[in-house]
Amino acid sequence: MDLKPIFQPQSIAVFGVSAGNYRHPANEIFTKNLLRYPVRVYGVNPAGGKINGQFIYRSIRETPEQVDLAVIAVRAEVVFQVMASCIEAGVRSAVIISGGFAEVGQTGMQDRIAALAREASFPFIGPNCLGVFVPDRVDTFFLPSERMVKPRSGNVSLVSQSGGILVDQIIKLTNEGVGLARAVSIGNKALIGELEMLDYLTADPATRVIAFYIEGFGKNEGREFVLRAKNCGKPIVVLKAGKHPESRKAVASHTASLAGDYAIFRAALSQGGILEAANDLELVSFCESLSKYEHSIAGRVGIITASGGHGALAFDACLSQGIDVPALPENMQAELGAELSPRVRNIVSLANPVDLTGSGVDEDFIATARFLCSRMDIDCLLALLLPYIPGITADLGAKLSAVAKECGKPLVAYVPNMERYAMLIEGFELNGVPVSPSIEGAVLMVEALRRIRP
Amino acid sequence: MKTTYPEMRAIIESAREDGWILEPDAKRLFSLAGLTVPRFALVQTPQEALCFAQEIGYPLVAKIVSPRVIHKADVGGVVVGIASEARLVDVCRRFQSFEGFRGILVEEMVGGVELILGAKTDLQFGPIILLGIGGTGVEIYRDVVMLMAPLSEKDASLMYKGLTGHQFLEGYRGAKPVALEKLTQTLLTFSHIVMELEGLFDSIDINPLLCSSRDCIVADARVILGNTTKTINSSP
Repeated sequence: MDLKPIFQPQSIAVFGVSAGNYRHPANEIFTKNLLRYPVRVYGVNPAGGKINGQFIYRSIRETPEQVDLAVIAVRAEVVFQVMASCIEAGVRSAVIISGGFAEVGQTGMQDRIAALAREASFPFIGPNCLGVFVPDRVDTFFLPSERMVKPRSGNVSLVSQSGGILVDQIIKLTNEGVGLARAVSIGNKALIGELEMLDYLTADPATRVIAFYIEGFGKNEGREFVLRAKNCGKPIVVLKAGKHPESRKAVASHTASLAGDYAIFRAALSQGGILEAANDLELVSFCESLSKYEHSIAGRVGIITASGGHGALAFDACLSQGIDVPALPENMQAELGAELSPRVRNIVSLANPVDLTGSGVDEDFIATARFLCSRMDIDCLLALLLPYIPGITADLGAKLSAVAKECGKPLVAYVPNMERYAMLIEGFELNGVPVSPSIEGAVLMVEALRRIRP
Repeated sequence: MKTTYPEMRAIIESAREDGWILEPDAKRLFSLAGLTVPRFALVQTPQEALCFAQEIGYPLVAKIVSPRVIHKADVGGVVVGIASEARLVDVCRRFQSFEGFRGILVEEMVGGVELILGAKTDLQFGPIILLGIGGTGVEIYRDVVMLMAPLSEKDASLMYKGLTGHQFLEGYRGAKPVALEKLTQTLLTFSHIVMELEGLFDSIDINPLLCSSRDCIVADARVILGNTTKTINSSP
């Protein structure tokens, strides 16, 4: 089935908009798309009336064009009928926001709409979901825009069983300046689940990184997911819920006891080359890093810092991930020392981490980056920058990025998150260098590159 | 494999009522499929045991065979290092009084690094193969690597290299390294069996798989059949 009408619609019809009940979620969907997105929007409700000065059509047959996407936010009992009318009217796809299906035991009703759609090759997302969000194109979330962040357009796509988690991750990625390609909450996944989304996003040219929040797979679906992930060619990050089963079943064999559900999940994911994110920080860090860099590294990092403490924390974090921080031989340290400004030359520590101290200036950081970059035994740079140090200017982000770009090795930066450091941070980000507001996050960005397949 | 498949199938069918395949049959099954098992005999009496002992010599191992005893070692149902006729008779007599007694498995002693080789049918991911540091401490160490079946040759070597205790296999502190090519072959054959029996079993334990510098031998094995785990009494 072609999912393009769902993610790149030119026109949408919103079912359930109400002239009388301004709180109806469909009204929010209608209004935000009307005012903020380039899609053509039509409201549909048999009761008719007006909303935002626009006529509400009494039936999908009355809309002036065959729309790409129907957004259905009506009572569960009438969803089947609405979907049938959409199919008949030549609508190309649907998002079913309505709840009241399998999640409350109404599996029969859900099976009927899925069967209808399958029969007609009519793709739909949901039911019981927020639907889709595509920056600068469409937004079926019933959340008021002023309560949401405004994600930038980018190359990370998110798929989540849970709408709430999806919104949370969108907020976190947006706060880190990571742009989105597509975001979708798949809800009860009656027709379109993780597998179909993986296929679509694998082929989608706007998507470079695919992130999933997964609660669980259906029978043998996990196996299929792993097999398809292996051939996907794009990095896939998975955040998993339900790691600890509620009850421990008594099992008769050692294998069954050792191979618990989550243990198998982890093993299978890594077999498919999928990156498992243990938590939000890992998810966001992995996505940000992979949205900028596509080549894998062996994981031998050169650390540049303005503080010994930061260097030590980063060193620990690297080692606990399995990232190597190769020590600089003494003759190399002397060579590097000679390139540094005289005022720091005698107080720096050059073993790797290279600690340029609070007296370091831009030129010292640049010389160190250039030096470490040129070394064969280092394949990635980690810069820990503390902009409160007087010798560091707001230009350093752009300058270090240029050094890394020139030598062709990935650079990751840590800069504390404060509005007044924005220019330094943007100097990195606008030049394609990921920046984390935590040391741990920056190390995870390096780790992401180590974990992806060569 | 194709030609022995009906025989393997027959072993499974005859174990349906018990819900699991007991050690002697499990060993026959794995042996048919190409894995190495110790020389063994299933006997009923001390006299039969002595007869077989004369054939293969001492020391040897005796194990209880009973559908009521799934974890034999927990109930004293495994005796290793039997070096005399008197001891063998003694052990056999004791085993005869076990609940559900079906016989005594008498076999040659083999040595090597103890591994566990297992499989499980997972609802989400299908047949999974597990390799770990084995023996009775398997659930204490929990040093295991899992992969979805079937395995490629590369997968097989990734599996043992992924173990925390992989050094035990590579000749730790003066010990001879185990025959890694035999281990790889064992993993691949096992993977083949697992795919062949897909859907018929719940889980398989080969524990221990004894790997030496010469060979990898299935020293104990059981197969828990599908959807029947409830009927098994796993308590001692």
